[in-house]
Amino acid sequence: MNKPKFHHALKISKDICIGCTHCMTVCPTEAIRVRNGKAELTDNRCIDCGECFRVCPVNAIIIEQDDFNKIFEYKYRVALVPAVLIGQFPAEISTRQIYSVLMELGFTHVYEVEHGADILSEASNDYMQDHKETRPLISSFCPAIVRLIQVKFPALVDNIIHLKPPLDIAALYYKQQLVDQGIDEDEIGIFYITPCAAKIAAVKSPVGEKQSPINGVINMDFVYNKVYTGAKKISKDSCILPGTGRPTAESVCWSLTNGEAENIEGRTLAIDGIHNVIEFLEKLENEELKDIDFLELRACDESCAGGVLISGNRFLTTERLKNRAGQLKSEQLKEQETSGGISKYQAYLSDHLNISKVHPRSMMKLDENMTEAMKKMKRVGEIIKCLPDVDCAACGSPTCHALAEDIVQGEADINQCIFIQRMFEEKGILSTDDARGIMKQIWGDDKLKRNC
Amino acid sequence: MHFEHEIEGGNFSQAGFASSEIKKVLKQLNINIKVIKRVVVALYEAEVNIVAHAYHGKMEVDVDTDKIFMRLTDKGPGIENIEKAMEEGYSTASTEVREMGFGAGMGLSNIKKNTDELYITSKVDKGTTVEMTAYLNRE
Ligand SMILES: Nc1ncnc2c1ncn2[C@@H]1O[C@H](COP(=O)(O)OP(=O)(O)OP(=O)(O)O)[C@@H](O)[C@H]1O
Ligand code: SF4
Ligand SMILES: [Mg+2]
Repeated sequence: MNKPKFHHALKISKDICIGCTHCMTVCPTEAIRVRNGKAELTDNRCIDCGECFRVCPVNAIIIEQDDFNKIFEYKYRVALVPAVLIGQFPAEISTRQIYSVLMELGFTHVYEVEHGADILSEASNDYMQDHKETRPLISSFCPAIVRLIQVKFPALVDNIIHLKPPLDIAALYYKQQLVDQGIDEDEIGIFYITPCAAKIAAVKSPVGEKQSPINGVINMDFVYNKVYTGAKKISKDSCILPGTGRPTAESVCWSLTNGEAENIEGRTLAIDGIHNVIEFLEKLENEELKDIDFLELRACDESCAGGVLISGNRFLTTERLKNRAGQLKSEQLKEQETSGGISKYQAYLSDHLNISKVHPRSMMKLDENMTEAMKKMKRVGEIIKCLPDVDCAACGSPTCHALAEDIVQGEADINQCIFIQRMFEEKGILSTDDARGIMKQIWGDDKLKRNC
Repeated sequence: MHFEHEIEGGNFSQAGFASSEIKKVLKQLNINIKVIKRVVVALYEAEVNIVAHAYHGKMEVDVDTDKIFMRLTDKGPGIENIEKAMEEGYSTASTEVREMGFGAGMGLSNIKKNTDELYITSKVDKGTTVEMTAYLNRE
């Protein structure tokens, strides 16, 4: 059997990486090790949450996007824009100006992702009714959370709602709308302006879907800079109107904390920040928490306003989107103004809303075979007793416990622990030269050659 | 493999800790997730019962390739009428315990539902022993 490949948008640039421990110690799934002076990522543990990207002191972690020129492979080039893009800019830069800059960059259509949320809100409530036996149901919105549950909380995979997130719904809708205008599907390229690495991973290797309806992704920080410089040159009168109607007040806030939970009936909770989510899921897995109907879980603090590719301040972004929602509400837009025609596609979209079962792929197990796993666990227990419980990461693993597991899995040696090295040197088992050699293998040459 | 955890009566902030530790172990041993779920629910209820009703206790878990055996023993008031205690909705929990969100009288029946075998022995004013078994490879 071929091992499944997981596409990760996060890549470590070996040329830039200085081999420190920042990313390794912050990774919520212990997916990073340091070897030969560089950080290395374990593919099947990484959930693309981007915590490493945030802490890297030298920007060695890269979020791989599609080449912008890829959009020109298509005659009809659709930019799918999430509301948080607009929320980052100060009030002086209007939504229209932002859209205009995107058109100048080469897109032929600009649509807001959030239109998809209106369809989803109703569908989610129906889904809740149809699946009363499963509680709480967990939103499928944040791809980092879906992956977190797959690798770390396998017992909870069946709690994930089998519905597509607004992004996929919006993409399906706009594509179909253009096809209905007589446009050849192959000529349509749908590009998502992403606030995070997780959404890229979701587009490139979707969970519960064979293929994503999105053709490419462009990082939001790239677009942010273009808009910032471009918007001022465009006068407010000459710029383009959004292609579809305006989103509803509810949908504009969908990607913010509570934006989703507020639209779901019953007892709902919204939790943001990956470590908060992990703490909560631990309790949920033990069934310590009862009578919750729905959970909105987001990897980033302040949800997508805090996405790793968001350049603006997350609190101000949230504020601006809430103001925009307030504005939309007070204008009391008529149905056709807000729906952008999506309601006409309700039946079509409802048929395409479901994703298939989400499969667990636990990274916790020590071995497929239980007898082997028990042997390994015993060895981990013995090794742990020798290790100093300092979690200094000088061995190249994030904690003493992680080193013990790495040793048992054949991926590390007990000599990598600097405390063990000292003890072995004292006992004459290890020479200073050998110890030096081991440290070089972990940290590379130059860290042992500093002038002092 | 044998695992042991102490449980302190009355310390609600730590309730669930021992069950969580066992859960981690079971995940590492690649035990069927459905079995893990059942075992952890049963352990958690039994652990909370010690915290809520007894003074001090111990959780022992033996994992084998065909079954998981769990024993929770405590020093405490004991259970006078075990049959009655097993009934859904029966609870002697104090107001304080109820305020913490426990005391619906569902714990023991929940344990029964989630395990394959359950034996409870108890001596009033001495303590209680809850023994539970879950068989693997039956899912
Ligand atoms: N370890 C124990 N020591 C003493 N009494 C116990 C113990 N475990 C259970 N009991 C008695 O059995 C009763 C029923 O227990 P059960 O776990 O079913 O409900 P509960 O603990 O009262 O409420 P819940 O478990 O729903 O929070 C308890 O109220 C208590 O009187
Ligand atoms: S909260 Fe939003 S921005 Fe952050 S990882 Fe999830 S989907 Fe991406
Ligand atoms: Mg109880």
